[in-house]
Amino acid sequence: MTPTPFIPSYLPETASQTAGPYVHIGLIPKQAGFEIFENNFSGDIAGPGVAGERIIIEGRIFDGAGHVTKDVLVETWQANAAGRYNHPSDTQDKALDQRFRGWARTGTDFVTGLYTIHTIKPGSVAGRKGRKIMAPHISFWLASRGINVGLATRMYFCDEEAANSEDPVLNIIEQPERRKTLIAPRSERDGATVYTFDIHLQGDRETVFFDI
Amino acid sequence: MTPEYEFHQRDRDIHPPALTPVYKTSVLRSPRIPLFSLQNSLSEVTGPAFSHDELGPLDNDLVLNYARDGKPIGEQTIVHGHVLDGNGRPVRNTLVEVWQANAGGRYRHRNDTYIAPIDPNFGGCGRMLTDDNGYYFFRTVKPGAYPFRNRVNSWRPAHIHFSVFGSGFAQRLITQMYFEGDPLIPHDSIIATIPDKSAAERLIARLDLNASLPLECLAYRFDIVLRGSRQTLFENKLQGG
Repeated sequence: MTPTPFIPSYLPETASQTAGPYVHIGLIPKQAGFEIFENNFSGDIAGPGVAGERIIIEGRIFDGAGHVTKDVLVETWQANAAGRYNHPSDTQDKALDQRFRGWARTGTDFVTGLYTIHTIKPGSVAGRKGRKIMAPHISFWLASRGINVGLATRMYFCDEEAANSEDPVLNIIEQPERRKTLIAPRSERDGATVYTFDIHLQGDRETVFFDI
Repeated sequence: MTPEYEFHQRDRDIHPPALTPVYKTSVLRSPRIPLFSLQNSLSEVTGPAFSHDELGPLDNDLVLNYARDGKPIGEQTIVHGHVLDGNGRPVRNTLVEVWQANAGGRYRHRNDTYIAPIDPNFGGCGRMLTDDNGYYFFRTVKPGAYPFRNRVNSWRPAHIHFSVFGSGFAQRLITQMYFEGDPLIPHDSIIATIPDKSAAERLIARLDLNASLPLECLAYRFDIVLRGSRQTLFENKLQGG
């Protein structure tokens, strides 16, 4: 084993700045209006061979005046269908799906404000020691003009009522009404399963955001 | 299971608060209810990994990666530095993405209508993975200043946007890099959202003549620090559950 290096002090984190209105240039160049990279990251991560139930997640992101935002970067991070993250720190005894990275990136549409993610429904993941298993959920991260530090939240599934009622994160949100802002309703459309997850940045229906 | 390590809590005093009226768009896009603090679980300490075969050979060369019938106009510039964590350790093999305006301050984006022209040979985005030392570098042209609708006469200093991942989703960071000596920096409403003066200073890349290529290209140095982590001491690490 290599000796632990001497660490003189902690380095302060680099300060966050807004992603600005043109975040698409760097992160979703096609949406900005041009082709540059051969391989583009996308919001469609349920490719062939990925195990699990195909789902569509879509929604709109509203500002404090109730207007639909049309320039927001949306990224999601999730476990695979068995409930395991594709990451070395996840040592749960569950199957790894090498074809599923678990990360999606998209932007809200410039006209409709709708974002869409094609993925699979994640399995439930172990909670912290001494806490209950976490209900199936997807971590969200939002960045845009007007957002100084990326906003983290979680989406849960309305048809996982039993698991949600035991979820250690939902349960420490003091007001039950606020928990509901994280639970996405399910519907069927053209044979596809759609979960609608609208996010309210501010106001009466404000979504719960986390300091993670 | 408790993860084998957790990230140090984010020091919110060095980051801009969500609501910063000096930057008007933040007023309607900032939550009014405090963030709900969450201890790290597996969902926060894990995050996506990327590999070299996903990137193209010119992805970190903005001088060439959109060149059509010549090179872009502007001051050829190398930007380089290290991505470290709060413990001073290199953040290896992490994805760094950058985007910027061209030399005249115009973005290649369908919503940008600034009168400065598009450069037909400049796209304005690039990406790279850090090496084993956490080191990254890219070549570009220095971006121009850019007006934006905040106050009537607000101008952004020359800047390059950065997006960095780290090893866990909780380290995800987007920021902006500025250039040493730019007289617009003290007037900028976006930098002004940062309450800590030294934190704002650290976003200013320093001229680095040692890395400049004589008769060809200037260089700036910009180091990025992501959140550090600690081992979870006195916890039942191996058994999980």
